[in-house]
Amino acid sequence: MFFKGCPLRCQWCHNPESWKPLPEPGFRPSRCVRCGRCIEICPQNAVSLAETGPVTDPQKCTVCGECVTACAAGAREIIGRRTTAAEVMAEARKDVVFYDQSGGGVTFSGGEPLMQPEFLLALLETCRTEGIRTAVDTTCYATPEVIQRVAPVADLFLCDIKHMNRERHEEYTGVGNGRILENIAALARAAKEVIIRVPIVPGFNDDRANLEATARFVQGLKTVRRIDILPYNRGGLEKAGRLTGRIDLMQAQTPSDSTMNGIAEFLRGYGFEVKIGG
Amino acid sequence: MNERVARLRQQSVDAKPSISVERAELMTAFYQSDVPLRESVPVCRALAFQYLMENKTICINEGELIVGEKGTAPKATPTYPELCCHSMQDLQILNDREKTPFAASDEVRRIYREKIIPFWSGKTMREKIFRAMDPAWLNAYEAGMFTEFMEQRSPGHTVLDNKIYRKGMLDFKQDIQRSLDHLDFLNDPQAYAKQEELKAMLLCADAIIRFAERHAERARVLARQESNPRRKAELERIAEVCTHVPAHAPRDFWEALQYYWFVHLGVTTEMNPWDSFCPGRLDQHLYPFYTRGLDEGTLTREQAQELLQCFWIKFNNQPAPPKVGVTAAESGTYTDFAQINNGGLREDGADGVNEATFLILDVVEEMRLVQPSSSIQVSKKNPDRFIKRAARIIRTGFGQPSVFNTDLIVQELIRMGKSVADARNGGSSGCVEVGAFGKEAYILTGYFNLPKVLELTLNNGIDPRTGKRIGIETGDPERFGSFEQLFEAYRQQLNYLIDVKMRGNNIIERLYATYMPAPFLSILIDDCIARGQDYHDSGPRYNTNYIQGVGLGTITDALTALKYHVFDHKTFSMGQLLAALRANFEGHESLRQTLWQRTPKYGNDDDYADDVMRSVFEAYFQAVDDRPNTKGGRYRINLLPTTVHVYFGSVMGATPDGRKAGLPLSEGISPVQGADRQGPTAVLKSAAKMDHGRTGGTLLNMKFNPQVLEGEDGLENLKDLIRSYFRLDGHHIQFNVVDAETLRKAQARPEEYQNLIVRVAGYSDYFVDLGKDLQNEIIARTEQKAF
Repeated sequence: MFFKGCPLRCQWCHNPESWKPLPEPGFRPSRCVRCGRCIEICPQNAVSLAETGPVTDPQKCTVCGECVTACAAGAREIIGRRTTAAEVMAEARKDVVFYDQSGGGVTFSGGEPLMQPEFLLALLETCRTEGIRTAVDTTCYATPEVIQRVAPVADLFLCDIKHMNRERHEEYTGVGNGRILENIAALARAAKEVIIRVPIVPGFNDDRANLEATARFVQGLKTVRRIDILPYNRGGLEKAGRLTGRIDLMQAQTPSDSTMNGIAEFLRGYGFEVKIGG
Repeated sequence: MNERVARLRQQSVDAKPSISVERAELMTAFYQSDVPLRESVPVCRALAFQYLMENKTICINEGELIVGEKGTAPKATPTYPELCCHSMQDLQILNDREKTPFAASDEVRRIYREKIIPFWSGKTMREKIFRAMDPAWLNAYEAGMFTEFMEQRSPGHTVLDNKIYRKGMLDFKQDIQRSLDHLDFLNDPQAYAKQEELKAMLLCADAIIRFAERHAERARVLARQESNPRRKAELERIAEVCTHVPAHAPRDFWEALQYYWFVHLGVTTEMNPWDSFCPGRLDQHLYPFYTRGLDEGTLTREQAQELLQCFWIKFNNQPAPPKVGVTAAESGTYTDFAQINNGGLREDGADGVNEATFLILDVVEEMRLVQPSSSIQVSKKNPDRFIKRAARIIRTGFGQPSVFNTDLIVQELIRMGKSVADARNGGSSGCVEVGAFGKEAYILTGYFNLPKVLELTLNNGIDPRTGKRIGIETGDPERFGSFEQLFEAYRQQLNYLIDVKMRGNNIIERLYATYMPAPFLSILIDDCIARGQDYHDSGPRYNTNYIQGVGLGTITDALTALKYHVFDHKTFSMGQLLAALRANFEGHESLRQTLWQRTPKYGNDDDYADDVMRSVFEAYFQAVDDRPNTKGGRYRINLLPTTVHVYFGSVMGATPDGRKAGLPLSEGISPVQGADRQGPTAVLKSAAKMDHGRTGGTLLNMKFNPQVLEGEDGLENLKDLIRSYFRLDGHHIQFNVVDAETLRKAQARPEEYQNLIVRVAGYSDYFVDLGKDLQNEIIARTEQKAF
C-alpha cells in the first residue's frame, strides 16, 4: 500500500509520483494515439498540443479526471486517490492466503506513511485485530510523538538511512538526518523489529566512510540485526517523465552486482545479516 | 552427463523428423491379405500387430543402452493409414512447411501414391467418422465450434500404472487364459465377443515378446561384430535384458526401463493413441529397483542416472505423428505428450517423494529435452525442498516441470467415482488432464470454443463469418432486457451445441469399439483382461470422456463487458456494440478502447468479472458433467487449450472484450493476454474462484522475468506462490520465464508486446512504456540472470 506524499525530496527517488500529497495527472506518452480528445474535453483548457503530444498545464489542471475518462487508449491516469480505511482493508484482506503461506503481510510504504499518522494507525490497529502482519516502510522523518504511537502497533519497521553526514543528507534529500536518526533509535528501542535499508546511490553514499559510519550507528542501536542494501535504479527518472509537474532527478549509474556484493560483505563484517534488494 | 549421453542427446536433438513409410507399407500388405475377411475384428487387429512386430526394422543405435524405435531410425515417424491417410498434398506440406518439417522423400511419396493411398482411400477411420456425422455436427465442426480428437488419431494418451514392474507378459497371458477359461457361453451373450478379444490379447502378448527377442538377436549380432570390449559387454547385456523383458517381470533398474520402453513402442505402434503413452509415476515405479540396486551394490546413482538419460533420449526420438488436412499446415508444435509425474502421494496416502524423485529431477534438468515432459505432483505432505528443487529447474526458463496439486487431483478423481487407492495412484497426463493410471480410458474428445457460443448468441444462431446457421434461434439480441436474458440465451446455445458434439462423440466411440479395438493396450489397462473387453469398449475399470472448454478469459471478459456497459452502466446500447463488432471496430476505436481499458476484467481479483467467470464455468459444467457415454462412463469437463486457442480465434469475429477478429482467444484458464493488471497474486485469486475440484483439469500459465526468481528468496517465493494457489484448490500452474530475446523483440516491435510486464526494481511496469535506456538495462540484467 503506497501512501502519497513525502516530506523528503531525494534526488535519486524511484517513486517521484508519491511526492505530492494529492492526486495528480499522469501521462504515458507511449500509449497516446494523438486523438486529441483530452484537449477537447478539458473544462479548464489545461491541455494543449505540443510536438511531443498533449501537455497539461499543472497551474490550470484541477485533477477532475475528465481527460482520463475520455482517453480510450489509457494513456492518461490520475495517480493517487482518496480512499477509506475500509477500502484499504478490503484490498489487504484479498491477499491473506499469501500472507498465511509465506509469513508475510501488508507493507505500508510511500511516499511517507507517517505523514498520515491517523490513517496509518487506524489501518495498523485493524490489521492487528485481524491478525494480519504489518510492516511500515518509512523515512522516519516524523515527530517523536508519531513515532511513539506507531512503534508498538506495527510488526516491522523498514527504516531508511540515506546518509550519515547531515549536510550531504540535506543537500540530497532536502532535510537533515538528525530527526531521522533519533527516530530510528527510538524505534529500535520501542518497536518489535526494525530492519535498516540503505539505498546505494553511486557518488552519493557508497563511499566506505559513509558505509562505515552507517554500520557503526546501526551497531549502536543494539537491537537491529539486518541491513538491506538497495541498488539505485533509474525507474524514478522514467516515472518522473510521466508526471505533469516537472521533477528533476539526478542521474546516477546503476551499481554493478560486484559493487553490491562488496558492500554486502563489508557490512557483514560488522556482524549484520545483509540482503541485497528487498 | 557423460560422453555417451552427450553424444546420443546431440544426435537426438539434431535428427531431422522424417516420414517412415514402413508401417504404412506393412499395414497395407497385411490388410491386402485374406486375414481381415477370415478373422474377427479383434483377432485381425492382433494379427496386424503381430505382423508389425515381426517385420518392422530393428534399430539399435550406436552407444545406446535402452533400445527400440517406433520408426526405422530416430525421428523416422510411422504413419497410420488405417486411421487417417496422408494425401500427396499433405506429404508436400509436411515436407515444405517451416515449423517442424517432416521430410517425405521421393521414395516415400512414390509408395504413398502407388500403394498406400489407392488402397486406403475411403476405408480409413477418419472417412468412416465424417460419413457418420450429421449435418449439424459437420456444420459446427467446420465453423470451428469444436474439434474432434479421433478424426486423425485413436482415443488415447493413456498412462500406465505399476503392473509391468510386477508382471511379465507371460504372467499376463496366464491371466488372459484364466479369463478365457471362465467364459460362460450358456449365459453370457457377450461370451463370443469376449473370447475373440481375449484371443487377440494373447496374440499381442506373444507379439511384443517376439519384438523384444528380435532386439536381443540383433544385439547379439552386433556384439559379435563389436571390437570394443566394453561396448561388446553392453550389447551382450542388452541382449540379456531383451530376452528377459517383457516376457518376465523386470529384475533390476535397467530391465524396468527397457520393459516400459517396449510397452511404449507396442502401444504407439499398434495405433496412434493421441500421439502418446506414458509411464506416469516413474519415481514411484523405479524406487524399489533403485534402492534395491544401491543396497545390493549392483547399481550406482551414476549408472541409474545414465540409464534414465538414455531412456529420456528414446522419448525425444519420437515426434508426434504428423497430421493430415488443414492441421498439417498449422500445428507444427505438437510433440509426443508424455508427462512424467514426480512426487505426489503413495497409495497409502503417505508422502510419495523419494530418492528416485530427486534422481529424475536431476535428469530433467540436465537433459533439457522437450520430451518427455515432466511435472511435479505437489501434496501438502510433500516437503518444501522438493518444490524448491523443481523451482530451480523452472527458473531456468525451460517451461518444465509443470506443477500439479495432488491433493486436489485425488479429490477430483474420487468425485468422478474412483476408489481412494486408484485416485492416489493416478495423476496428470498430456497437458493437465487427470486419470486413474493403468485403470482408465479417459478420452479427450475435442476442444470446445466457448466464445463462439456467445458469437452465435449475438447473431441468433448464425455464424457471422459464413452466414450459416450453426446454433439455434435464441432471439434478437437487441431485445434482451437484462443480462440474465442474454445469459439464458447463451446457455441454450451452449446446451444445444454440446448435444451436437456429444451425439457425434457417442457415434465415434462406437466406430472405434467396432472397427478399431486395441488388444495390446487392453492387456495393460485394468480390467480389460478380467472383463474380456477392449480398451475402446468398456474394458477399463473407468471410462471418462472429457470435453475441453477453451477461451475462458475471452468469454468471461466478453460477457462482463456486455453486462457492465450495455446493461449495468448503459455506456452504449447493444445495437451500437453489435455494429462495432460487425465492423471489427473500424471507425469504433474509442468504443474498443473503452471495452479494453475501462471494463472489469477476469484476472484482477475483481468479483464483478470473476462472478461472470463462475457463471460461465457453472453453465459449462451443467451442460457436460455426468452425462453418460456409450461405455458405461461419464462426460466431464476440462479447461485447457494446447494451441487450439489460436485456431479458435481465427474463426471468430471481433468480441465484446475489445478483441479484434481473427486474433487468438485467451489460453487455458489464464486471463486474456494483458488484461491482468494487478500482478500474479490477483491472477491466482481470480483463477481459484473457479471450482477446479469439479473438473478433470485446468491449465494456468504464468510469465515471470528472471529477476523475480533470483536467489534463495526467489525459490522461496515461487514455492509460496505454488503452495498458496494450491491452498485455494488450484489444479495446475506452469511458469514461463521471459528471456532477453523476447525483450529484444518487444523493443523492436512494441506494438506486438503491449502487455509484457517486467520487473524494473521494487516494482513492475509495462516494458514498452519504458525508455530505451531502461529497456536496455533490463535486457542486460535479464541476460546476466540466465541461471
